[in-house]
Amino acid sequence: MIRRNLPFATVAVIVLVAAPLLLEPFRLSLLAKYLCYAIVALGIGLAWGQGGMLTLGQGVFFGLGGYSMAMHLKLTEGGGLPDFMVWSGVEELPALWVPFANPVFALGMAVLGPVAIAAILGTLVFRQRVRGAYFAILTQALAAAMVILLVGQQGLTGGTNGMTNFFDLFGRDLAEDSTQRGLYLVVASVLGVLYLATRQLVNSRYGRLLVAVRDGEDRVRFLGYDPALVKTVTFAASAGMAGLAGALFVPVVGIISPALLGVVPSLELVVAVAVGGRHVLAGAVLGAVVMGYAQTAFSEQFADGWLYLQGALFILVMTLAPKGIIGVAERLRRARTT
Amino acid sequence: MLELRDVQVVFDGFRALDGVDLTVPDGELRFLIGPNGAGKTTLIDVITGLTRPAAGSVRFAGHDLAGRKEHQIVRLGVGRTFQTSVVFEELTVIENLDLAAGFRKPLWSLARRRRGVSETVAEALARTGLEELAERSAGVLSHGQRQWLEIGMLLAQRPKLLLLDEPVAGMSKDERERTGELLTRIADDHTVVVVEHDMEFLRRHASTVTVLHEGRVLVEGSVDQVSADPRVQEVYLGRKASDAVGNRP
Repeated sequence: MIRRNLPFATVAVIVLVAAPLLLEPFRLSLLAKYLCYAIVALGIGLAWGQGGMLTLGQGVFFGLGGYSMAMHLKLTEGGGLPDFMVWSGVEELPALWVPFANPVFALGMAVLGPVAIAAILGTLVFRQRVRGAYFAILTQALAAAMVILLVGQQGLTGGTNGMTNFFDLFGRDLAEDSTQRGLYLVVASVLGVLYLATRQLVNSRYGRLLVAVRDGEDRVRFLGYDPALVKTVTFAASAGMAGLAGALFVPVVGIISPALLGVVPSLELVVAVAVGGRHVLAGAVLGAVVMGYAQTAFSEQFADGWLYLQGALFILVMTLAPKGIIGVAERLRRARTT
Repeated sequence: MLELRDVQVVFDGFRALDGVDLTVPDGELRFLIGPNGAGKTTLIDVITGLTRPAAGSVRFAGHDLAGRKEHQIVRLGVGRTFQTSVVFEELTVIENLDLAAGFRKPLWSLARRRRGVSETVAEALARTGLEELAERSAGVLSHGQRQWLEIGMLLAQRPKLLLLDEPVAGMSKDERERTGELLTRIADDHTVVVVEHDMEFLRRHASTVTVLHEGRVLVEGSVDQVSADPRVQEVYLGRKASDAVGNRP
């Protein structure tokens, strides 16, 4: 038990204690951003790595969570209508916005909204036995549609610019370092708890069933299970994680816009999971953090080169190390012990 | 009791089953034979919901199976194996059996880790003689062991009716022998329908045989009656010398 949890405990100490002490505030909030992505990646690791559902539209759920939180922040800063509404000539607060003034409602919607949408979509799609590439394309189309919807509703969503200029969160000044450090700790803890919960799920009987559905959906039917239900539940869980990640992302980064949740960011997260190693949950988390760091580091040097490097990395991983960084690490460890 | 009445299945104009009537009473071990394309596997597919019949009725233990989904039919107590055994290679033998045993549990209760081995799983392991391989992943099993694992998974489901599609195909002589004994023992307390090609296996282990030919029931009776029937010899046994009856593709 202790040996099994040693790697997790080590990482938890580094992330929760060492990082806040050693990193300057700017770097710490960058790390907080990567950890938000890591929460989405964890969901992708569950749905794709364990359940075989290649979801290319997690940005949709991330965005729903992000916009819920952003709406709440916009409403609590005082001073009447949110700024972008004034610029768009909106004179009265839209009815859709009103309940988001309540923080519980906003946070609830950030998670339950994505869960509900994924559950409905899953029920419709998996029952019809849509899977594989067709499912992937469908989720990607959803991400594209989401962007069009957000951009088109300028007065409601801030259009292409999205929403920014958030000043405080639950009464605390967002510009303060202490608030940012607190946020970082919240994000890291949420990730830790979700990781443990997801790992428990993967190791449970349900996890075995999920792998069985991934490897032989048709056979699972003849074991008396409904694979559509198993997939829907899993997909909804991964959507909930993405939604929560989006809600945390907004106060950490200070902006939400269609560019952060469309087809490209959704794909980037899948690539990150593949690079880290999709068969293991830790691989998904690692991939998101590593790719986040790599993007920042690389973009600081060569602004436009990152996309190419990312594409090249993806091809490299897929052809040479299909189990990602974790797979390579495991192979090295085995080579050393034998 | 399994009861099929006037079941018809049409694939693109081809009549795979052309009015099949079949009754299998509780507790019987029934063998289903017939030349390639006679409709044996299609018949099992119809019973288990994989193929929808164009006409006719399928009833099991008082339930009409028409229009039910595959997993719902399993939940009524009908289990099957496939010609090409499908086990979950990434899971261990125990995990495969445990999965098969667990479908009656509510889904949320599966979120807990498996502790130990349930009675059902232990019994399935013992019956199939796979105890020593219990912790190995199913991917490393030999062909025969996979077939046994599949039969074990079927037992772990605790079905009332077992449908086995060519359980000894591709097995060695010893393995056939063991499988035959296993089936006979299973038939003591289950209703079993076996699709089989292998005539020697049939003679050794079968009591009642139904012969299918071109989507219809040709004859039904004991092994001796059936093999003495001139129509059977003509369509099936008689051709065996010239056109060795292989396994279905």
